[in-house]
Amino acid sequence: MGYASTVKMPFGPQHPALKEPEHFLFELDGDTVVGVTPRIGYVHRGIEKALELSTYGHGLYLAERICGICTVAHTCCYTQAIEELMGIEVPPRAKYIRTIMSELERLHSHSLWVGLVAHEAGFDTLFMYAWRDREAILSLFQEITGGRVLHAINTLGGVRRDISPELADKIRCTMEYFEGRVKDYRRIIRTEPTFLKRTRDVGVLKPSDAAKLDAVGPTLRGSGIKEDVRRDDPYIAYDEMPFNVISSDGCDVFARTEVRVEEMMESIGIIRYALDRMPAGVFRVRAPRNAPAGECVSRVEAPRGEDMHFARSDGTAKPERYKVRAPTLANIPALCRMLVGIHVADIPIILAGIDPCFSCMDRMVVVRGGRASGTLQSKRDV
Amino acid sequence: MVVNWARSGSPWLIHFNTGGCNGCDIEFVAAVTPVYDVERFGIKLQGSPRHADILAATGPVTSQIAQSLRRVYDQMPSPKFVVALGTCAVSGAPFRNCYSIQGGIDSVIPVDVYVPGCPPRPEAMIDGIAKLLQRIRGAKK
Repeated sequence: MGYASTVKMPFGPQHPALKEPEHFLFELDGDTVVGVTPRIGYVHRGIEKALELSTYGHGLYLAERICGICTVAHTCCYTQAIEELMGIEVPPRAKYIRTIMSELERLHSHSLWVGLVAHEAGFDTLFMYAWRDREAILSLFQEITGGRVLHAINTLGGVRRDISPELADKIRCTMEYFEGRVKDYRRIIRTEPTFLKRTRDVGVLKPSDAAKLDAVGPTLRGSGIKEDVRRDDPYIAYDEMPFNVISSDGCDVFARTEVRVEEMMESIGIIRYALDRMPAGVFRVRAPRNAPAGECVSRVEAPRGEDMHFARSDGTAKPERYKVRAPTLANIPALCRMLVGIHVADIPIILAGIDPCFSCMDRMVVVRGGRASGTLQSKRDV
Repeated sequence: MVVNWARSGSPWLIHFNTGGCNGCDIEFVAAVTPVYDVERFGIKLQGSPRHADILAATGPVTSQIAQSLRRVYDQMPSPKFVVALGTCAVSGAPFRNCYSIQGGIDSVIPVDVYVPGCPPRPEAMIDGIAKLLQRIRGAKK
């Protein structure tokens, strides 16, 4: 080509469509995206190093703050890894409470996401409804744990607080209300023409691509592949829970919405089942201070997909190495594939479609020219 | 006097996450949605820094975002105000000692109102913004 036929368009780090700072450089040919270069790392805080510098007990607070939306998933993964290193068995009641919390979190995260995707589709009414209904779950969190967003319920050796029978009744009551709302969302997303037009055949990810690019969670299941850590590698009490792994063959943003809404129904079922069959007994055992030398990988199905933590211990009270692989990072290659060949106007909804959580993801910093700190990139890149 | 009164009537907010965990961000969005509804104070959330009066910043400032935060602040027209939402934005805790954290929002730009909490409740955020509006209204200039 003798002259540049494409235009480069920067997107972010400050952008109204993204709540978090991340940068994408789009190459456009007219209205069509022909190339995309993600530039991730703005939210890199150095949590892995901080975890290695703090004791196992203190690390819990940092694991809680890897992400504010999937906080139960991350603490579940963290405690699971450290408990295996320490060789302690969690009491069954604690496992059930962790399961209930994980599913409540999935409900809150998915309803939040339904709202955001509706907002990106220009359907603000559903956004407001979804966020209003979500408050019911947040008040439930507040009653169970004391915190609306960060719960601090998982601890090494069990959970911090019990679920009393009165509280269980309250949870059942809220589930009753929420089930009605989820059925409403299901009806709305399937029948509302504005929403269908904005999401059908938008952001197509073929099953072969999804498998090849290692997509996880609802992004993968929206392409028709039934993979779920809860079923494939059961943790906490999921081996005793009856539930279906939801998938949809649409391969587009609509399919991902459908998967999430159906998963909310499954979550409500799991919570009811777990509440009815909660084993009696203690909900916490004492955890030792030190962990014997060893390594461990722990996997959890976070609302956004498979979350993986790796811990290596050298026999002291602090981990020697700790690694977090959050679901959004696994979905980035698939996202870049979806973004090629689309119209500019579809960028926000496809970005929102994978439910990105960049604070989970940014584990890396690029050091150029041997400089260890300070500004890590040239001004031109910002 | 009249100008200040008019300014406090309908402040436009811009939200910027400087590296937080999302906890404060979803509580901030919750404050905009029906249960808390800040629009009854005339507060409107919008996207461009060039139209904004108040910058609501969340999260500790990472070394990679510091420049962008500065740039967003510089793009806002005067008079401009900054609200630091959450403990991370106030002081950088619990990431204070991490190698890629510069500190709170005030390590880069001046801050008018601090709202501590991890995350602060939407009521606390609204209270912080309402106090700022009171100050704007009372400002003599």
